[in-house]
Amino acid sequence: MTEQAIVTQEAQARALSDDEIVRKAHRSETRFALIGLTVLIVTMIVLMALIVDFAIDGMARIDRDFLTSFPSRRPGEAGILSAWVGTALVILVTAAMAVPLGVAAGLYLEEYARTNWITDLIEINVSNLAGVPSIIYGLLALGLFVQTFQLGQTIFVAGLTLALLILPIIIVATREAVRSIPLEIREAAYGLGADKWQTVSGYILPAARPGILTGAIVGMSRAIGETAPIITIGALTFIAFLPPSPIQSTFPYVNADWLNSPFTVLPIQMFNWISRPQAGFHVNAAATGLILLAMTLLMNGLAIWLRYKIRKGIR
Amino acid sequence: MSFKAFIGGIAFSASLLTVNAAMAQTIVAADGSSTVFPVTEAMAEEFQKANPDIKITVGMSGTGGGFKKFCRGETDISNASRPIKAEEQKVCKEAGIEYIELPVALDALTVIVHPSNTWAEQLTVAELKKIWEPEAQGKITNWNQVRAGFPDKPLVLFGAGIDSGTYDYFTAATVGKEHSSRGDFTASEDDNVLVQGVAGDPNALGFFGLAYFEHNADKLKAVKIKAKDDAPAVEPTVENARSGKYQPLSRPIFIYVNKKSATEKPAVAKFVEFYLNTKNAIELVKEVGYVPLPENAIEAFKQRFANREIGTGFTGSKIGVSVDDLLKEQLVY
Repeated sequence: MTEQAIVTQEAQARALSDDEIVRKAHRSETRFALIGLTVLIVTMIVLMALIVDFAIDGMARIDRDFLTSFPSRRPGEAGILSAWVGTALVILVTAAMAVPLGVAAGLYLEEYARTNWITDLIEINVSNLAGVPSIIYGLLALGLFVQTFQLGQTIFVAGLTLALLILPIIIVATREAVRSIPLEIREAAYGLGADKWQTVSGYILPAARPGILTGAIVGMSRAIGETAPIITIGALTFIAFLPPSPIQSTFPYVNADWLNSPFTVLPIQMFNWISRPQAGFHVNAAATGLILLAMTLLMNGLAIWLRYKIRKGIR
Repeated sequence: MSFKAFIGGIAFSASLLTVNAAMAQTIVAADGSSTVFPVTEAMAEEFQKANPDIKITVGMSGTGGGFKKFCRGETDISNASRPIKAEEQKVCKEAGIEYIELPVALDALTVIVHPSNTWAEQLTVAELKKIWEPEAQGKITNWNQVRAGFPDKPLVLFGAGIDSGTYDYFTAATVGKEHSSRGDFTASEDDNVLVQGVAGDPNALGFFGLAYFEHNADKLKAVKIKAKDDAPAVEPTVENARSGKYQPLSRPIFIYVNKKSATEKPAVAKFVEFYLNTKNAIELVKEVGYVPLPENAIEAFKQRFANREIGTGFTGSKIGVSVDDLLKEQLVY
């Protein structure tokens, strides 16, 4: 660097007074905030437009009959009873499978697994699995559950497939939640003479519950709207009956037959109605979309409330 | 929470091993074409009202997907918008699946244009070939190239998705070769997209099933079809398709019944008999926008089912099959 250049640089540095540096930083901050706000507003407008459009088309169609009738060839008589019951049951199976397994796997990886190349491999795979397109899980389920294990196209298989789909999400969330717990809690537990399992089950897990719950809900919300894997395993479109009741009047009073029942779900019913020629069915599809949105919101609301309760309990 | 839930999960999975076989007896499983779906759906809906103890499920995997399941023995009834193909016959045969072929209705493929189109009142099959054949790609792009006297306006084409039975039949009937056409047109599996497309462009031409035209008749205009240059122009209507006048764009749609299911599961036989009941086969088919078969044909197929005659009368899509031809076909398994 020549002497002249150094002199010029020094001159420039002097020219930028402290004031100007602050102003410049301020300007770029404002610019970023503006861009952020614009993006947020655009996203919200698109989302609101979608919901309002749905509501205008479908709101009038939602009544008691719509929720308690089976699908029909006449748009005015058709309902979504079998579809929403199917969705609810599939999600129930998904939760029962994915949450315990995911939490257990996350805890194991975080607390028990030794750091070696096998663990590394598992970790990389789990992270990658979270990004695999859902149709791949559908193909896996079709080949494995439906064709190899001959489990049939049932509520159980659909729940299992969606459980696989959201397992990585729950595992990652569990690990993050466990990792964020202050070391002091762990040290205090050990200091009191607790062994590893006592520490994990008595202190780590309760403290990590809000984070785990968030992960579980993100996963479940994804699962509830999934269509591709469920179509792939061969969910049906017209079902005008409900799965058998889990409660019976004779011993042992409960049964699991409903798990083996054929089913349909809300997104599939919606998809079918959209492709029909009658305009009445398109209204039904919009109404079904609203119900699906409401179910997702309800689930999220429940989770937020639960998380709030748990957090209060911890403090 | 976790440990208990984990044990719960294991117990829950174990409970699944008790599969209820009795349930399979009262379920009739149908799957296949989305074109035939509304007919089977209507039949299933009415049948279940009369027989609440029998459960019917109807899937929508497409004709090809439906046959795959059918030939693996997973379904009792396969909905098909085209006859079973030679490869599919082979797969079924190897798996020991014997099937009864039953045409259940006719569908009239309708060529449609924008309502403001005053020139294309009628088109000949030769003109449709000129528009749709593979050689037309990039060349036939203006209405005045279709027929002398047509205005100088760009020709905008819409058509069924190339994986559909509708596309296969339309190309076979117009171009002369199944599954062969120009590629520069807007294709969609969703017929409502085609309806929107043609309704929104004054220079558009498209094709799809009659039901989609009838429900959108205020936004679209149907073109009369002349089978030959000197033949009369025929309007696509239920009556013209049923009488066999609307040719070559009328096609039969089918259900295939697994013979073993029909013999061993009373529920399947009962449902198929309901399907072929003369009143249902006319009224319900009409209600969902398809063309019912003439009564003598319905009687003949009832007989075919009663005798459990297996095999197909088709080897690939046949063009311009009249209902009388359907009855004369020799069945081959």
